[in-house]
Amino acid sequence: MKMIKTDKLVFEYAKRDEEGNVIGKSRAIDEVSLDIEPGQFIAILGHNGSGKSTLAKHMNALLVPSDGTMWVDGMDTKEDEHLWDVRQSAGMVFQNPDNQIIGTVVEEDVGFGPENLGVPTEEIWQRVEDSLKAVGMIEYRHHSPNKLSGGQKQRVAIAGVMAMRPKCIVLDEPTAMLDPNGRKEVLRSVMELRKREHITVILITHYMEEVVDADHVFVMDHGHVVMQGTPREIFSQVDTLKHYRLDVPQVTILADELRKRGLDIPAGVLKKEELVEILCRLN
Amino acid sequence: MIRDITIGQYYPADSRIHKLDPRVKIVCTLLYLISLFTFKSILGYVLATVFLFGCIKLSKVPFKFIVRGLKPIVILLLITVGFNLFLTPGGETLVHVGFIKITEYGLSTAVYMAIRLIYLIMGSSLMTLTTTPNSLTDGLEKLLNPLNKLHVPVHEISMMMSIALRFIPILLEETDKIMKAQIARGADMESGNLIQKAKAMIPILVPLFVSAFRRANDLAMAMEARCYRGGDGRTKMKPLIYKSTDHVAYLITILYVVAAFVVGRYVPFKLWIF
Amino acid sequence: MSIKLEHINYVYSEGTAYEKHALKDVSLEIPHGEFVGIIGHTGSGKSTLIQHLNGLIKATSGALYYNGENIYGENYNLRELRNQVGLVFQYPEHQLFEVNVLQDVCFGPKNQGLSPEECEKRAREALQLVGLKEKYYDHSPFDLSGGQKRRAAIAGVLAMRPKVLVLDEPTAGLDPKGRDEILDQIAYLHEKADMTVILVSHSMEDIAKYVDRIIVMNKGSVMFNDVPKKVFAHYKELESVGLAAPQVTYIMHALKEKGMDVPTDATTIEEAADGIMKALKKERAAK
Repeated sequence: MKMIKTDKLVFEYAKRDEEGNVIGKSRAIDEVSLDIEPGQFIAILGHNGSGKSTLAKHMNALLVPSDGTMWVDGMDTKEDEHLWDVRQSAGMVFQNPDNQIIGTVVEEDVGFGPENLGVPTEEIWQRVEDSLKAVGMIEYRHHSPNKLSGGQKQRVAIAGVMAMRPKCIVLDEPTAMLDPNGRKEVLRSVMELRKREHITVILITHYMEEVVDADHVFVMDHGHVVMQGTPREIFSQVDTLKHYRLDVPQVTILADELRKRGLDIPAGVLKKEELVEILCRLN
Repeated sequence: MIRDITIGQYYPADSRIHKLDPRVKIVCTLLYLISLFTFKSILGYVLATVFLFGCIKLSKVPFKFIVRGLKPIVILLLITVGFNLFLTPGGETLVHVGFIKITEYGLSTAVYMAIRLIYLIMGSSLMTLTTTPNSLTDGLEKLLNPLNKLHVPVHEISMMMSIALRFIPILLEETDKIMKAQIARGADMESGNLIQKAKAMIPILVPLFVSAFRRANDLAMAMEARCYRGGDGRTKMKPLIYKSTDHVAYLITILYVVAAFVVGRYVPFKLWIF
Repeated sequence: MSIKLEHINYVYSEGTAYEKHALKDVSLEIPHGEFVGIIGHTGSGKSTLIQHLNGLIKATSGALYYNGENIYGENYNLRELRNQVGLVFQYPEHQLFEVNVLQDVCFGPKNQGLSPEECEKRAREALQLVGLKEKYYDHSPFDLSGGQKRRAAIAGVLAMRPKVLVLDEPTAGLDPKGRDEILDQIAYLHEKADMTVILVSHSMEDIAKYVDRIIVMNKGSVMFNDVPKKVFAHYKELESVGLAAPQVTYIMHALKEKGMDVPTDATTIEEAADGIMKALKKERAAK
């Protein structure tokens, strides 16, 4: 079974004029069909307003399709009876670290999800401990979230989702409001989780450096999936990426520039070590 | 100034007081507060002092944190003391200058009133400093549970309270930031009459409300995403179960209340007539 | 319009459990017309530092001279200083409050006591400078897109016609295109409006190509204060304090280590590509 599958998914919202009258409809997502296999690390790229966050909210049934269908772990998100199962299967981490922490103490926040699911008390404690350990935040369990850094808050939020034992974790621009340190710290946690728990990871971002390790990348623009493939396939099209307002890493641009100047460098160089190695061989 | 309010601010420490059931702390604090208003002699206050400072010592909360809670009520305190001091008749006249007249009764009422208010704030600060807002609301929820039968949404109210408590520090910080940003744009908050000052608050309040609503919206979504669906079928990570220490705490408090009541009211030891 | 800081110290919540020495003996000079970048990670003191520049925070000790005058002097007019040194906070769109964009931008000039006509004139000018189209002027600021809101908020400060513009992470939360647009706009302002610009950021790559000088802050102290090329030469020390030089710097250093004769001070892709091509050609000629 696919972890996530969409078939001609459409999400429409009403456009309003100054007085609030509906003057038409706009499509935030326009007939998107995609398949995500269990255990994969998927990245969805796109600039602000490309529809990527709207798509993410469908995976958690926070939004339901206006047309078309989305299945999460085989369940149609439009059917009310599956609502809570869908949300438990696909946990979601949001952009703003402050606005998704409910508890006033780290461990209580991580326990919030399992409490809602009606998990017995003893098991909640076990899950909270496991999840906090998994993101490396166990020593902060008694702290107030207000005193943590942005990156630490996001790791708590990830632990809060993990404690619900989801099959898939959807991260909606988890690093957009963090500084470079926080960004690294959050990504490292996600990668470790993925290795250890074999969980499906769907990372939505506009930072291209974050997706070099993904199994599959989707690029969205104006509600459509406009590019998809492995990171290498995607990164080899520097000009197209720039056209979609994405930030190509400096290494990739430098490799591309050198290739244009006649050097024998393959397209889609992802990491600086890789480029250094190629150049040394040329030398 | 708003940052000084210690009520609602938790001080993490590993103490016996911290570990008590929140219900114990709520009920005992209430009993303590009531006891303060029953005394008629200084002995009662001696007992109240011993009890309060004993609890503070046990709680491992630095004394200055508890004292800081008093800052916002300084003005209220001064007014109360002033009223009592100058307007209570009776007893020997101690000072009489022009229309100012301080009587013996006035002095003793003023002093006791001040002590009562100070202990009242210190007592409730101690409770909030040693209890996380969440367990405080948990305790309230459980204590008020009988009201559920009267269709009072106890769970919802306590959830709202704990969220409010979580966001108070965030919103305070935000207020500070917006204020600075508007001052940087030349806003003047200090001068002018009351109306002008109220008007000067608009550039702060509007962005603050906008932000509060945005946060509320985000938070609601985050809660739904984590399967929150009200109180039904919810389990608790930290269910409230009385332990033996909780019973002991109740016992000590009741002993204190009885002793304080008897001593404070009926033992004829009076420094001042009351 | 120079700014000079002499031995500035700042201590938060002095005498409490939360006491924190946020700035330690900071001495700096920023001459008129310079484009300066201040870099440091969260908690390095960079935001505290810039709030000193317009007197929002008063140093615990030390002196700050604006045009040679000590702003901590007894009769110094701080309001006038705030007119001269415009400060754009992080996420400045959170301070928008008026019914429409134009009125919001007028807020600053109005506080300066200018006539309504003059206010509007300056507001329009500022909005033009940030490149916000005229059709948005009568929109509610809350209906604009993220990037547009930010422009409107920056215009709100520009309308006061400051001589010095300080921006605290003006690109935070924007996507790459929005980020580039804002940075280009700021560079344009620096050039056309003859402003001193102080840009705070935590991304080296973003500001490397714009600024004349970089001030690196770490734990409340100035760690480096030099032209970008020289600052990036310390890429290993930068890394140790959680900052990073641009990726090209790492590539050039790695190539050099492997024996290629490339300039290690290249900071932009153009320079790096030129350097690599040259080194390869030389090598081939030698063979």
